[in-house]
Amino acid sequence: MFRTLKTVLHVLMWGIVFSPFYFHVVLAEEESTGYWSGYISGQGRGFWQSPQFNDQRDGDISFATEPEYYKDWNNGLRAITFKPFIRIDSTDPERTHVDIREAHYLHVVGDWEWRVGIAKVFWGVTESQHLVDIINQTDLVENIDTEDKLGQPMIETTWLQDWGALQFYILPGFRERTFPGRHGRLRTGLVVDTDKEEYESGAEEYHVDWAIRLKTQFGPIDLGLSHFNGTSRNPELRPTVNSSGDIELIPFYGLIDQTGLDLQAIIGNWTWKLESILQTKKGRDFTAAVGGFEYTFYGVSESGADLGVLSEYHYDDRKQDAATPFQDDLFLGARYVFNDAQDTEILAGGLYDFDFSSKSFRVELQRRFSDSWKLESELQMFSNVANEDPQRDFHRDDYFQVDLAYYF
Amino acid sequence: MKKSWTLIWQLLVSAIVFSASPFAWSETPEEKGLAIAIAADERDSGFETITADMVMILRNRQGQESTRYIRTRTLEVEGDGDKTLSIFDRPADVKHTAVLTYSHGLEPDDQWLYLPALKRVKRINSRNKSGPFVGSEFAFEDLGSQEVEKYSYKYLRDEACGEWDCYVVERYPEYEYSGYTRQIAWIDKAEYRPVKIEFYDRKDALLKTLTYSGYQEYIDYYWRPDEMFMENHQTGKTTTLKWSNYKFKTEVAERDFNPNALPRLR
Repeated sequence: MFRTLKTVLHVLMWGIVFSPFYFHVVLAEEESTGYWSGYISGQGRGFWQSPQFNDQRDGDISFATEPEYYKDWNNGLRAITFKPFIRIDSTDPERTHVDIREAHYLHVVGDWEWRVGIAKVFWGVTESQHLVDIINQTDLVENIDTEDKLGQPMIETTWLQDWGALQFYILPGFRERTFPGRHGRLRTGLVVDTDKEEYESGAEEYHVDWAIRLKTQFGPIDLGLSHFNGTSRNPELRPTVNSSGDIELIPFYGLIDQTGLDLQAIIGNWTWKLESILQTKKGRDFTAAVGGFEYTFYGVSESGADLGVLSEYHYDDRKQDAATPFQDDLFLGARYVFNDAQDTEILAGGLYDFDFSSKSFRVELQRRFSDSWKLESELQMFSNVANEDPQRDFHRDDYFQVDLAYYF
Repeated sequence: MKKSWTLIWQLLVSAIVFSASPFAWSETPEEKGLAIAIAADERDSGFETITADMVMILRNRQGQESTRYIRTRTLEVEGDGDKTLSIFDRPADVKHTAVLTYSHGLEPDDQWLYLPALKRVKRINSRNKSGPFVGSEFAFEDLGSQEVEKYSYKYLRDEACGEWDCYVVERYPEYEYSGYTRQIAWIDKAEYRPVKIEFYDRKDALLKTLTYSGYQEYIDYYWRPDEMFMENHQTGKTTTLKWSNYKFKTEVAERDFNPNALPRLR
């Protein structure tokens, strides 16, 4: 029974994944011209403290590219997007990886937008954590900020109205989270074996998830309501003894229902933000929230730079049992936007954990050079991380990272 | 007797002449300035939609250049400010970035920014319209739709401006968070085309001068310049906007001016 079902779901998933190529061959009109864009980048990371675990290295050099092919016709109402991603890393084979970030066909009829294939979707409003955002799996080896995502096979329908939009998602095919390997930093003490994942669903990675989202804006307010049903993107890591007698972690992906709310209101120079989720699954339900503000001081320099001050509070009712570091934490940050020709921007922020008194600190800088080069760098530091804190495994992983990218 | 007839004739003739002219002799400079602004607004209304391509060249004092390519779409909104979409093609790292603006005369605009790398549509705080637009010498308020109620006006004088005759009108921003105390605009009398605008900062010092050139007439009615040149007198920086591919009353889909449509727009 499961075998037949799995075969059907298997065919469905691969059908969706390959459909853009089919639409491209059958529908794309000859007079429309496609084009390539994207970037090639070199990255260096240095960890200046000696590692906490065996086999971890002090840094790495890597190269990445993310070219995108785009072709549209019928005034942009039909379009094909293909965007692969490759990173080659000098020390961690798990960080050397390839992904199809996007490969989808877009079809717009009246107020309805259809997208079929592999795509990326973002939900939410807050800056220091993306709680509501759930469609795409996190590409964790890229960065611990969880802003890099893996491509997700989907059928997405958007019903556009003056008051906002209603969106429906069918998500066949699950993407496993990426985890650093033995040589990598920013990993758990026990290495996660990503070849041996387990699922609650009998259909395993072919379970078909679904989601629905309502977006509306009125006056200065943007409101989103969403519901997701399917395999959790966030695995439980279960210790297991492997064949060679070593203990390792196996990711277990449970089935969940998650209802989300995201709200933003602009009042004067204040931007108020709130995200909240209610997650139900076998065993235990929980709610979590993140909310706060960004206050902007305009024109603080002669050249018209803006300074934004941010603060967000994180809450999770599982308290210290939460598998997340954001259970009772305060984020304080500042964003300095130079408003110059190079789009220079600095974002600095610190996170304080009230339960464990742990602190972490992060600075990000970006600046464009000439019209095609862009430099991004970040500094991440952890301090005073308590033994019980889920971030304990990172406490010797302060790092400095530089990314130089050529855009075409 | 003869003398009084002459006087009556003179009065009659002058009454006819003055009532036929758009600006009656009893007008104050403020009323005349407002009348010119209303006439200019009416002269340019009814375009429904406009699409155009813009090349923006930023130059600093040392002569270093930086160039942006932006496609714009405008939707005329009756009784409110227009809706505008700007989609970036270059620099390459911001390709497909889009800005959607619902402008509202004296209220803060509604503005959404689409960040393609994150696929994120972000509502941005746009109360401050005096900030620079993408690092250029144009402030958001210089590029926004110019509604009549955004300023109060004072007619100064008539003056020749190049080959045209101009009204010279001083205008005072009514928007609380404007970066200017006043602007002086040269507007040609025949077609109400802006020819030059001087901007005075909050200390009432001359900050910038914007000059329009290469006017062309589209669909036999609407005039648009090929080039807008903004010079900042205090920093020595300049920004040139080169416009091309102007199209009026095109089939721009109204549904594209929806923040939820931003991710698919190219």
